[in-house]
This record gives sequence, C-alpha cells and structure tokens, in this order.
Amino acid sequence: MADALTHPLTFNLPPDGSMLALDAYRAGGGYQGLEAARATAPAAITEQVKASNLRGRGGAGFPTGLKWSVLPMGPSARRPKYIVVNADEMEPGTFKDRLLMEQNPHLLLEGIAICARAVEAEMAYIFLRGEYTLAATRLRQAITEAEAAGWTEGFRLHLHTSAGRYMCGEETGMLNALEGKRANPRTKPPYPGISGLWGKPTVVNNVETLCNVPGILAHGVDWYRGLGRTADGGTKLYGVSGRVQHPGLWELPMGTTVGEILDLAGGMRPGLKLRGLLPGGASTEFLTPEHLNVAMDFSAVQKAGSRMGTGTMIVLDDQACPVGMTANLTHFFARESCGWCTPCWSGLGWADRILQAMERGEGNPGNIEKLEFLTGFWGPGATFCALAPGAAEPLLSAVKYFRADFERHIVEHRCPYEGWDA
Amino acid sequence: MPKIHIDGRSYDVAPGQNLLEACLGLGFHLPFFCWHPAMGSVGACRQCAIKHFKDEADAKANGGRLVMSCMTAAEEGIRISVDDPQVVAFRASIIEGMMLHHPHDCPVCDEGGHCHLQDMTVMTGHNYRRYRFSKRTFRNQYLGPLINHEMNRCIQCYRCVRYYREYAGGADFNAFGISDHVFFGRERDGVLENEFAGNLVEVCPTGVFTDATLKQHYTRKWDLRWTPSVCPHCALGCNTSPGERYGTVRAVFNRYNSAVNGYFLCDRGRFGYEYLSSPERVTLARQRRDGVRADLTPEAALAQLTQAAAGVAADPPGRWIGIGSPRASMESNFALRQLVGAERFFAGVEAHEWELDTRIAAILRQGAVHSPSLGEVERCDAALVLGEDLTQTAARMALSLRQAMRQQPLREICDPLKIPHWLDHAAREAIQGEHGPLFLATTAATKLDDIATHTWRAAPDDVARLGYAVAAALNLDQDTAGTVTAEWRAAAAEVADALLAAERPLIVTGVSSGNRGQIEAALAIAAALAVRGKHPAVSFVLPECNTLGLALLGARPLPEGMDMVRFGLAHGAIVVENDLFRRAPAEEAKAFLAQLDQHGGHLVVLDQIRHATADAAELLLPAAGVTEGSGTLISSEGRAQRFFTVAAPTPNRAESWSWLEAAQGHTPALDDMVAQLCALVPELEPLRQAAPPATLRLAGQKVARETHRFSGRTSIDAAIEVSEPKPPVDPDAPLSFTMEGYAAQPPAALIPYFWSPGWNSPQAQLPYQQRINAPLRGGDAGVRLLEQVAGSQFPCAGEPPPRFEPKAGRWLIIRLYHLFGSEVLSGLGRAVGSLAPDAYVALNPADAERAGLKEGDAVRVEPDGRRGYQVPLRLLPELPVGVAGVPAGFAALDGAGLPHWGTVTAEAPHA
Repeated sequence: MADALTHPLTFNLPPDGSMLALDAYRAGGGYQGLEAARATAPAAITEQVKASNLRGRGGAGFPTGLKWSVLPMGPSARRPKYIVVNADEMEPGTFKDRLLMEQNPHLLLEGIAICARAVEAEMAYIFLRGEYTLAATRLRQAITEAEAAGWTEGFRLHLHTSAGRYMCGEETGMLNALEGKRANPRTKPPYPGISGLWGKPTVVNNVETLCNVPGILAHGVDWYRGLGRTADGGTKLYGVSGRVQHPGLWELPMGTTVGEILDLAGGMRPGLKLRGLLPGGASTEFLTPEHLNVAMDFSAVQKAGSRMGTGTMIVLDDQACPVGMTANLTHFFARESCGWCTPCWSGLGWADRILQAMERGEGNPGNIEKLEFLTGFWGPGATFCALAPGAAEPLLSAVKYFRADFERHIVEHRCPYEGWDA
Repeated sequence: MPKIHIDGRSYDVAPGQNLLEACLGLGFHLPFFCWHPAMGSVGACRQCAIKHFKDEADAKANGGRLVMSCMTAAEEGIRISVDDPQVVAFRASIIEGMMLHHPHDCPVCDEGGHCHLQDMTVMTGHNYRRYRFSKRTFRNQYLGPLINHEMNRCIQCYRCVRYYREYAGGADFNAFGISDHVFFGRERDGVLENEFAGNLVEVCPTGVFTDATLKQHYTRKWDLRWTPSVCPHCALGCNTSPGERYGTVRAVFNRYNSAVNGYFLCDRGRFGYEYLSSPERVTLARQRRDGVRADLTPEAALAQLTQAAAGVAADPPGRWIGIGSPRASMESNFALRQLVGAERFFAGVEAHEWELDTRIAAILRQGAVHSPSLGEVERCDAALVLGEDLTQTAARMALSLRQAMRQQPLREICDPLKIPHWLDHAAREAIQGEHGPLFLATTAATKLDDIATHTWRAAPDDVARLGYAVAAALNLDQDTAGTVTAEWRAAAAEVADALLAAERPLIVTGVSSGNRGQIEAALAIAAALAVRGKHPAVSFVLPECNTLGLALLGARPLPEGMDMVRFGLAHGAIVVENDLFRRAPAEEAKAFLAQLDQHGGHLVVLDQIRHATADAAELLLPAAGVTEGSGTLISSEGRAQRFFTVAAPTPNRAESWSWLEAAQGHTPALDDMVAQLCALVPELEPLRQAAPPATLRLAGQKVARETHRFSGRTSIDAAIEVSEPKPPVDPDAPLSFTMEGYAAQPPAALIPYFWSPGWNSPQAQLPYQQRINAPLRGGDAGVRLLEQVAGSQFPCAGEPPPRFEPKAGRWLIIRLYHLFGSEVLSGLGRAVGSLAPDAYVALNPADAERAGLKEGDAVRVEPDGRRGYQVPLRLLPELPVGVAGVPAGFAALDGAGLPHWGTVTAEAPHA
C-alpha cells in the first residue's frame, strides 16, 4: 500500500485530481520536514541533502546538496540570496511537475522553505510555465495558506508565470527572463550559486527535486537512500506517452527498469510493436527494445547510451515514422532556439528544413550525412548552452537506429509511413 | 607576464587578457564576430574556436577540447591549438552557418570591400554554398537620415544591440524574435535616438547598418583617398579618417587613438562632414565693390589680398585689425596674428565666453590641475559634472563617462567573484544596475541622468554654489563658503565623500553654462581634493575644435577690436573663419560692418562657409577648413593634433594661413608656420611633435593616401583631360596623393586609413595596436602640451556667486545644447542639419502658466538691451523656475552673450 514512506511524493493525492489542501497535507505528515529543518543548522540541512544523494530531477541530474553548498553563507555573503524554482516544464513529453504542482503544491512549498533555511535565502520565485494555469491557481492558494500558517517565515515567496518559451527552462535563460530580459542563456561560470538572479547567489532547482527534500528531512537520509533501487536515492516520477495502452505517470523507486514502467502503461496498443523510446523527454537519445532491462536512473541510462533526463519516456511504435517523429522534434528545437549562438540558430534551422524536405519526399542523397555533420556541429563546447546538444541526441540516435527509414525516404521520394496517424 | 603555448610555440602575453585578444595581439588570424575590443566577450558567434589541452601530454596525444578563445583566460601555462584540423573545420562551418541566410549581394552592398564578414569568410576558407532552402527575409526599417538598415544581411552576432543598449545606453533599439529570425532594430520605424548610433556602421560586421550619408554619393572604401584628420565639430579632438573621391568627401571613419576616441565617434563627428558639400560653401573668391559682387580668379583674389596685406604693413600701426577664430587652426590664427600684430589680433569669440576660455587656459597653464585624456576619463571611478550637458556639448566624453561608471562596480563586485572584466555579460549580470558615483548638476536634464547617482537641476549660479559647497565639505570648512552655500550642504557631503573614496576622481565643467563660478568651483574642489591627498582630474569642456589653442596663443577680446573701428582707430579688418554675428550681439556686429563701410574701410574674410559677415566682405576668400586643409588643433584636453588635407590642392582653396602667407610673398609651408609659432610662443613648443615634418620619408617614400587598390588612377580625370596628369604634391605632409607609398605601419599621426592584409574592415585597427586596446605601435597621435607641474599652486578660486533669485516677469535666458544644430559647420550638413531643432524658447511649465503661455505659443524672447525674436514656446519641466532656454546655434542669439536677463512675452497677434 502506498504511504508516506513508500511514495513520499504522491501517496495522499486526492483521486479526483483536486488539490491537497493545507489541512490534508498536514494530516499526512506535511511540514514535518520543515519543522525538522527549523531545528537543524543550515549547513547541516545541506549536509543531509548531500548525503541523501538527491540528484536534480530537471534532467541534468546534478547533485542537489552540492549545488546548495556552493552558495556563500554567513554575514559576508552578498544578499539577498534567491531560490528560483524551475517550474517551466516545457520539455516535450514531460508532465511530472504539473502533477505535483496541481495536486500537491504544499510539498513544493515545504521543499522551498527548507532550501531557504539551508541556504539562508531571503527570496524565492516559482517560475511557472504560462500554460499551467490550474497549477498557478492552486499554487497561489497554497502560498496564501502557507503564509497564513507561518510556513514561509524568513523569506518571501513569489509566483511568476512565464510568457512562455522553451529557453526559459534553461536555468540561466530563466534568470534573464525573470529579470525581464531576453531568455538567452548566461555565461557559465560564474554559476548561479555565485552570481544568479539580479547578480546575487541563487539556487535554481526543479519542482520535483525540491519535492523530494521534505521527506529527507522528515524521515532521514538512510530512509531516503533506501527508497531507490540504485545508488541514486529516492523515488522518481516516471511517465510514459505515445501509443501505449495507458499513458500516465507513476511514482516508483529510482532505478525501476524501462520494461517495468512500460508494463505499468499496459504495453503497446493492440497491433503495435515497440520500436524505440526516448527515455527522458525529447532531448534524450533513443533506446530500443533491447534496452527494456535498463534501470531508469542517471548512470544506467547513460551507460545504455542515453540519458534519464526527466524520466518521462516517449514511445515510438512500428507504424509511426521515425523520420517524422525526429522531424517534429527538430522542428520544435529549431523554433525554440533562442537565436544566441550560431551552431544552434543556424544549424537547427537547417536540420529542420532537411527533415521536413525528407518527409515531403524531397530528400536528397547526402542529406543523412549532412544531418550527421550538423549534429557534430552541436558537439561538446561548440554551443553556448545545452539546447542544441539536446536536439542532437534524438536526431543522431534516430539516424543510428533507423537509418534504413531515412534512406527509404530519400530513395522512394516519399514517406513510407504515409497516412500514419500522428 | 603569462607564458602561453600555441601550437607548440611559447609566447609571453600581457596579463588579464582572454585568448582571442592574446592571439590577435600576437598576429594570429583568428576569426571572430561577437567579440569587440571595447565590448568584450559574450561567446555568441562561436567563431573564435580553438583547441584547449589539459597539459603537455594531452597536447602530444592530440587530445584537447574545443573552447571559445574569447571566453577563456590567457592564463600562465595554457596550451592551445589554433591550427588543429577539428577547430579549423569547425570555424569554417560557423561561417557556413552564418552564410545560410546571408544574401549574395556583395557587389551591390555598401559594406563590400570593408566587410568583416567577407574577411572572415576568406580567412576560414568557406566558399561553397550547400544550403538549398529559402533564406529568411526581413522588412527593413527607416532609422533616420544617418543609418541605413538592411536586415537580410544580418548574421545575428548581437554586436549592434550590445553596443547600442549596453555600451551606449540607448533604449530605442533591441533584438526581437528568436531562432534564425532575430530582428535587430526599433520597435517601429523612426530616427535612432542615441547620439552614438553612427558607430553601428563600424560595429556591425557586415552590411546591416551602413552609412546613409555615404550612400548619397557612394564609393568603395578602396576607391577613396584617405587622410589622417581630426574632428572639427567639438573641442575633444577625436581622430578621424575622412575619405574623398572626385573632389568630395564621402564619409568619415573612426581613426583609433587609445588616449582619445578609441573606436567610437559621436554622430555629429561622423556625419557632420556633409557641410563640405553644402550650398553654403565658399568655393570661389569674390569681391564686393559698391554693392556689386563678382567672382574672382584665384590670381586676382591673391592680388587683392596682397594689396590688403601691403596696406596692413604700410599703414600707421593700428589701422588694420585681425579677428581670429576658435574653429581655425593654430597656424591660421597665428598667421593672422603675425600679419596684423599681436596688439591688433582679436579673438573671434563672444566676449563673455572668451573671458571663461582664457581663464581655463590660465588654469591649465599654471599646471596645478591635471587635465585628463578621454582615455583617463573612461577609467575614472567617480565624477562630478558641473553645468555641462555632456552628451550635447562634448558627446564623446559622455560615452567615456558611461563606461567609467562601470569601474567601481567592476572592482567591487566582479573582482572578488573572479569575473574577468572582459567577460562582458557575466560582468554585467553580476553588476546589474550598479554604477559608480556620478553626480550631475546641470540646468536641464541630460542623457547621462540614467546612470547618475544623483542629479540636481539648478540655475547656473546655483550649480556653482553646489560646487563651492563640495569644496567646503572637502575642506572641512563650514564657516566660509559652507555657510553661504548652506542649501547644498547635504548634497555636497555626499559628493565629497564619493570623491574622497574614489581612486581616480574626476570633475567636469566647462563654458557652456557661461558661468565663471562653475569653473572656479571646480578648481576649488580640485584644490581641496589635492589637500586631502587625492589626485583629481579636471576636465574643462570647451566649445570649439581650437578654442584652447586660440586662448593659449592669446588674443585681445573682440569688443576691443570692434571699438577700434567704432572710434576710427582702425579702418580695415581681416576675419579668419568666423561670423561676427555669432560672436557679438547682432546689432553690434551690424554696426561694426556699417562703420567699416562708412569710413571707406576694408573687410577681408577668409572662410569655408557663407554667412552674414562673409556676405559683407569686400574680399571673400575660400578657406580650407580642417578636412580639406592642413594644420594643428589643440583639444580641450590640451592635446595638439595635426590634421592633413584629404583633398588635392586646387587654386580655389587654401588654408587661411596659406592665403595670408602667400599674400606676404612667402611660400606657404606648414612646417615653417609651426616653427615660427613655436619660436614665438615657447610654451607651444611640443606642438612641433604633433606629427612628423613634411620632409619625413619612410624607406625613401611618403605615406600613400590612396589605397593600393584605388581604381581609375590613369582615367579618373579623363572627362576633363585625357592625358594622365602629374599627381598633385602636398608640400605640407609626408603623405602622397597617390597609391604609391610606404606600405608598412607609419607613425600614428600619418595613418590615413587602417588596412592590413586580410583585414579590410574597421577591425583592421587591431593589427596596428601594440596589443589589443593598447596605443598604436609607435605611440598614439598627438602631443599633450599642458602637463601637471608638481608643487604648483592652485590659482585662487574666488567666492561663490549669490544665490539665484527668479525675477517676476523676467527670465535668465541661457543656452541649451543640441548635438545636432549647436555647432555651426555640422549644422549645415544635409542629414545633421535635418535633425537640428528649430529655434524655440523653453520655460518651466509653472513659469509659462504664470505668464499665461502654453506649449507651441508664438512668443518673443528678448534679452535686455538686445533685439527680440519670435519663436515657439516649449515647456521643459526640469528647467528651474526663472530660467528660459534657447538652443545654442540659434544664430540670432548666439552672439547675445547668454546667459543674459530678458523677457519672454506673448507675441501680439498680427493686426
């Protein structure tokens, strides 16, 4: 049975999809983590988070405690210090933070409050994807409740709804957007922990990441590390989209295998076979049916040649066109390039136009090599931020696993999957 | 000095640089776009990629990783490769990416031939187009008469928006949209508002922003004849390269001088040259006899001038006077002074201003005050400005001050965080809106207000009182000046603390307010700071390109000269490059000319432009001004700088000094003039070093004004004369008027234009530098005349003026300055003139309401005892009550001796 000790993120979500209000949240042990944190010295909180092995759930998997520990502490630190919650969930196929914010907003607020105590932050912003209007309403309600109940003591909490752009989800692009500037990424180093929002020390954490923090404080590091099946601690919200029987989202121990997650989604719809999947959102490399036993954690997926990313997989079946899927994703990335660095704004547009041409039956010999060249153009150090390298991952792996499909598009001057139901 | 290793060889480089700067300084051809020497690195274009190795073993194993040289510090021991095949290929692919959408319109693009994108494309070897899809296109905007917009050429390097917003402080320009269709322009069509917008022409690495004035008479860079020149449109002495063809100047480019203008000019300086083609130019000599005007041949003109000169010599002394000019060269003023005698040489400057000009010259001469170069202004870390609207009166200094105000936050915020100053966006993000202490006390709003710590609006006397209060606060002296300027005590304490806390404090004042007290107050502050152990710099802003030179040369005040004619003590006047109607009240100037006429007297005028004085001249001679003549100017810093003509000599145009010398039977020679000047005015002796003499030869050659690609050499004059004429010779410069000449880098004062193999764009300035942003090799152009003398006394600084008291129904009429229009020459240019405001009088809205006046009303502004003029009323909320402003450059009131009390009254409706 799901409870606070097995499913700390989701155990008491109302089944009707409504929001877990403050009373109900408290009844399930809510804000006990914050109470524990208030009895703990700031540095010790950060030490616990470090020891828990919590890694960022936004996609990159950076150790959360390490991120917090970079911030200067004590009276000499530059202030105010900020927390910025990355709630700009724009990664295609990803909808895990939405669930948490719509149904369990107090869990996020508690995580923020603990972080604020740990890093001595005076101000926190939740940077929310603009389309998440229900989450905005519920977060506002939760903030009002939490403020009235004194759970935000010691810092101020603001909800900022984004005007919307994929780049706003990049942590430094987000900082620029919050400051009212173009959401171009920033030079790193300096990292936000040193010079972040308004040039001040700043923690930028993903929603799900912060939602993991209250449990660590309430139930301890050992409990947390024991939740996962692998070295990466805790539970993870895993999602599945695509033509499976039951697309959805599950809180499971970190390291649950790809196959187990697919089973929970009921497997493929009748008549369809699994062709491949992007394990953690659009900007990860394809895995194939041979990878069903890969554990979904940061290191195992990496070993399999991809990234766990957000942990929300997009499934490709055998009757959908892999070129079309790649074209669709590349079109998204090309459109969402912020226009800052040349390999990205120029190269993505080019790749997009090649893929669209292939889909229209206008592919030419040499196009595949050109796509490979372009993905090389987005290699390590070549671009300013991770957007184009992220776009390269599905594209390069699609060419690797589905090269024959790309070749057929060129040779047959048409999409062999014509009429497939996108 | 860090030692770095590039492709296996070791080099010593200057500390604090990034690898791109280091590599460029060492002469490597490493391509770049978004990095700019004055704006630092942001890592957007990815063009300057190199290989970075962990250590020697990594380098030997051919490992390494790709990094951007502009974003990586040139630290001790770093090992990199510029030639690694992977990075060479990557750099070519970046150009290919930029060229996807770049039109293939080089043959019809104004940038062609001095295009950084062309240079970089050639440098990386990209030459074949593989992209087969449609290019993205944009709609262009009308950005005003100065700058042309052609967005399809954009390669999204972001230099323009960084320059315009972050460097120059403009607001009406931005980047719009994302992906491969980012649009750089305004929110809607309209004239760019920033006074330094013209630099976009050189900042843009390709042809998006081009010189709209050049477009009117377009010529390729390689087809222009260039010359080392100095901007004549204000007193700062920015170094310029005008380009000429077929007898007309086509464009003005920046000429790098690390101590003066660096890489940037103001728009008046860049585009003001169009006055040279104005219908108001004097192109032929002309006589006026019995009211009838007739053109003269050059020979006849010289004969008449010779006659006049003989008259000067023959007459009993004092029968002729000479009136010099602050916009004429040292040599022209000196030649006139020599001709008429020092006792009969008068300053063609409005009397009240002349008093201030000479006071400033005396202060600087005394050596107690340090007069900073613009380069030093840019490095100051706290500044107080008394009475100058710098963006309008000394624009380039305003741009320097804007950069200077980053000094303190860079030091206090970025240094502890180890963010290098060249890592531009990281530094700006860390600094955010922080500025160093900048205090502006002026009579009206200024365009530096946005970065000021504090601004005060006050009448000129009250600005001076604030200055005195600051001095009192520094003196810890509450009983004298402190009590009489008590209203400023709190403000003064704030300013005094900031100046004391600064490492390099600066005080700026000048003559534009027409207020002696401001100058004395600046001096008092400097003296007080010196007593407190600081080394303050004081910048005195003067109005014209040679105001300081004329003041150092010495001349009697203009009214005394006019009196000599009035009282019949003189019956002839030679006026050099001046219009008396802008230097004396109109009615006095008119009376002066009438008296000369009545007494059968003579008026000889030498000038480039026509005006009321020129029209009244018995003999009018076409003088060559700065761009089309040669001579020396002394900037307000006290820097003597030589300018050389861009135009080949014609009998119908010569420098004033040249006409005057010829009229005395001398063979005109610039170096002779300089030698005589230095002999007679020993304190000007260093001026001799402003440029090498005309006899200099480098490897046996002169320096070529024309590029080695200059076309049409043998046929350029074929429409006039089929046979190839003998090239003209410039007796005054070691510069030829041809393509032939010394090919390597000449001394800075002789660089006509910047070009280096592979570098055709304005970035060609870089290979001429000792290292990036350092002085040019061999030293920057110009020589400072007035250095601080250790131990010299501060000249007595006077008493504060009484507090300004508004008077019922009367106003203190002051001058308000406009970059476009307040300077006479540039205002005659087509584009700059079109941007000049029409005459107006401005009042505080409360004043206007009391007087029953409203915006746009026709009113009569009338200084006491002077003629009145009808102008429309403007409301200016920041103007202090009791003060009325008229635009400087409004000819009718330029000579009225403002500030001056007067009235502003409703113009009676026409009967």
